[in-house]
Amino acid sequence: MAIAGVLRPGYVQIRVLDLKEALKHYVDRVGLDLVDKGPDGRAYLRAWDEFDRHSVILREADTPGMDVMGFKVATEADLIRYDKRLKEAGVKVEHIAAGEQPGTGRRLSFIIPSGHRIELFAQMETSPHCPPTENPDVWSEEPRGMRVVRFDHCLLYGPNIPETAKLFTDVLDFQLTEKVMAPHGMIGAFLSCATKAHDVAFIHSDEPAKFHHASFFLESWHDVGHAADLISRYNISHDIGPTRHGITRGQTIYFFDPSGNRNEVFAGGYLYYPDHPTRVWSADELGKAIFYYERQLNERFLSVVT
Amino acid sequence: MTPPRRHIVVRLPDGHEAAFDCRADDTVLAAMERCGGRAIPVGCRGGGCGVCRVRVIEGQYRCGKMSRLHVDGAAAAAGFALACRLIAEDDLVIELAPSARCLGVAAADTDRDARTYSH
Repeated sequence: MAIAGVLRPGYVQIRVLDLKEALKHYVDRVGLDLVDKGPDGRAYLRAWDEFDRHSVILREADTPGMDVMGFKVATEADLIRYDKRLKEAGVKVEHIAAGEQPGTGRRLSFIIPSGHRIELFAQMETSPHCPPTENPDVWSEEPRGMRVVRFDHCLLYGPNIPETAKLFTDVLDFQLTEKVMAPHGMIGAFLSCATKAHDVAFIHSDEPAKFHHASFFLESWHDVGHAADLISRYNISHDIGPTRHGITRGQTIYFFDPSGNRNEVFAGGYLYYPDHPTRVWSADELGKAIFYYERQLNERFLSVVT
Repeated sequence: MTPPRRHIVVRLPDGHEAAFDCRADDTVLAAMERCGGRAIPVGCRGGGCGVCRVRVIEGQYRCGKMSRLHVDGAAAAAGFALACRLIAEDDLVIELAPSARCLGVAAADTDRDARTYSH
């Protein structure tokens, strides 16, 4: 297997102010399927092209934001290896027993220097509604809403970007695909564990553990337009787009869920391979880096987080 | 029949006032955006980010769910609210009250704030 260790983002657990409103948004509009609700009230969802049983978890709370982002590793041996390496790097690792999330194996849970909680897991049940594998149709049931293909990545805001990036590269075997450099150091880090342009990204803020967005992949630029139509038709809170990023080259639109958590749906972006160099942006080109067509940042993208 | 409209006055830090009308079923922030106003900074519009935090000085109102990080019980009791969750039950006078827990609050456009907005 050429891709080993950390394979991909597995799940994100998002806090919402009103679960019923959130489900209408994520199921009817974004197009995720509701898998089930757990006994503690958390709702589990997945996208149509994902094999694992869930990839998005919604938890009702009085403050929106992100509880945790989890990455799937290839094997149990990887979990044992990363547990050891994290501890050697001085990271306090908590062990969460199998079944705390339904259908999910044991997890390693730890706080990274940006203040966010990250988890690793090796096992999750396969969804009974997973994509067909024998003489497979493109899907079993036609996708709904924005027709998102998968949970793709998160952008997180917090302090200690260089230390956070170093933890991902040196301990978890990610690679730094792109970085944003200010005169005093790195203020943005885009990290890949396999061949996507990013699986997680960090941008500096003084406040730790802030959630900028969860992103979902679309098949095409036409689907970005379809998402924009839905955003207007249903008066979904719109942030910016359709546009394109300089960083990762993704074609994108941003909007907010009913609790103010930002979502992105996007298409395109380049493939990354481990022999590729890190792309570098200077802070004075940040406008083009973030919004390639507008070439300027809007204040909201920089300061509005949950 | 036209639904009743409330009149919203926003007192600005520079001493000017902005004003706009609000449909009975709109939030204060949505009403401001409808008439092109920019007196109150616009963020997530979902009660999450806190950039549209205001304090109600006069008038009856109710609120939808808001992040307790930006408006806790004591702040709500003292008249603080997020404009995106604020429903006017009366004509209101409000002032900007940015949340200290925001990363940065968009600078208000003073040129436009100084104007009065109305349907």
